[in-house]
Amino acid sequence: MITLYDYELSGNCYKLRLLMSFLGVDHTVVPVDFYPGREHKADWFLKLNPLGQLPVLQDDDLLLRDAQAILVYLAAKYDTSDCWYPRDNPALLGEINQWLAFADGITGTASAARLHDALFYDFDIEAARAGAHRLFRILDEHLWFGEQEGRDWICSAAHPTVADIACFPYVMLSEEGGISRQDYPAIRRWCDRVKRIKGFIVMSGVFPAGPAKAA
Amino acid sequence: MSAPSCNDRALLNDWHVVADCLALTLDVPFTTRLMGVDLIVTRSVLDTRIVRADTGHRVCSEGRYGFVWACLGKPERDPFYVRESDEIDRHLLSGGSIAVNVSGLRLVENFLDMGHFPFVHTGWLGEEPHTEVLPYNVTVTEEDEILATECKFYQPIASPTAQQGMLVDYTYKVIRPYTVALYKSNPVHPTRMDVIVLFVQPVDEDNCVAHSYLCYLKDGMEAAAVRSFMQLIFAQDKPILENQVPKRLPLDPRAETPIRADIVSIKYRRWLGERAITYGAIPLHVASSAGVNGRMEG
Repeated sequence: MITLYDYELSGNCYKLRLLMSFLGVDHTVVPVDFYPGREHKADWFLKLNPLGQLPVLQDDDLLLRDAQAILVYLAAKYDTSDCWYPRDNPALLGEINQWLAFADGITGTASAARLHDALFYDFDIEAARAGAHRLFRILDEHLWFGEQEGRDWICSAAHPTVADIACFPYVMLSEEGGISRQDYPAIRRWCDRVKRIKGFIVMSGVFPAGPAKAA
Repeated sequence: MSAPSCNDRALLNDWHVVADCLALTLDVPFTTRLMGVDLIVTRSVLDTRIVRADTGHRVCSEGRYGFVWACLGKPERDPFYVRESDEIDRHLLSGGSIAVNVSGLRLVENFLDMGHFPFVHTGWLGEEPHTEVLPYNVTVTEEDEILATECKFYQPIASPTAQQGMLVDYTYKVIRPYTVALYKSNPVHPTRMDVIVLFVQPVDEDNCVAHSYLCYLKDGMEAAAVRSFMQLIFAQDKPILENQVPKRLPLDPRAETPIRADIVSIKYRRWLGERAITYGAIPLHVASSAGVNGRMEG
């Protein structure tokens, strides 16, 4: 049985809820009072993850931390279509992991800006926003060139992969950190495509796609 | 950059929450802003001290309900007394202080609005086709509070423990310009109400911090679940609030088009105007002169 140690407003936790919804994987949720309770720094939680970070996932005897690592595990184990993390395609796996690392960079910038603005975290806000814009520019160009080649997703596949899930939440929540997506039209179109994947669910701050047909 | 300061006496001489005690580390200064004035809050073993960053002068401070309160002027009355905080069978907790890039008056008004439930809190506080806001009553009490009663709304998941959809009874009370409370029927004890008080800190005219104080009956309810539910709902409102244009609340009744469901917000805007509250608002005379000078009409 899968247990997710979860916080509703965490984009990193949302990545896992999202993938499990796409895959139709049952799980139970243990809410962690991240704010203002700082329960992720409590002794009981540090035993699960000494880094004191969410999310943590337990599947029977396996205990995992780090959203990207857990995405890889869940897809490799439970995705019967073998699309989200195609185990037998080395080139694609390399590409996926490249963008999983990129997603970590989005967390370090766009998510940091959001924590600063909404929850009073003591971060260098200008550096966080500038860093996010730099990454968004790279992602936008990558997606734009992809569209010219008929590619809808971050990686070179005809279907979304865990790389799309890893990059999506903190891009989508960026405005809460004062980072507008106005100048990134290809990112906006890609966000809309992610929202139209069958099984898509929202988190607070993310709204479903409108009723209009896909762009 | 210094923000324009506040000239509304009623606000300057009133108490405002400026920090959640849980967020303060002993002897570590916490910086915040109240009505354009930068404040440094320091909690020590002995007391909590608040000084202005510009002059270094101490301002009045007070601790209540787990929050630190400040008054920039001379306090003319006590902070609002939450009667339910005396009841021992309730959880009394902060829902977490969250900064929102909009006027605090907009936040209060949004809190009073049932019409958005099915669209913003879909599947929780409302869902289509149950979109109609039934008529309700609005009065001003002897204590000069706005009271909205007999509010009813169908909610799929009305509370952290709700098992099924229910028609929920609400009472709203605007207590001060930046303080609003919601009384909501408890699913286990239908004759008693769960209470959420929203103490809104006007950071400046376009920014606020929502400090929520939750007084929920303990029966069948975990404290963490109460807090998590509050944040889930609040974070759905946040992007909507931050995209409101203009960020300040217009007091001119013609500035935005209300419908019947909005009678409490119409009352709130009028009540603010009559009490000469301008901070965080677009006052009536400014709005109408802009209409004459700045815009083409009709």
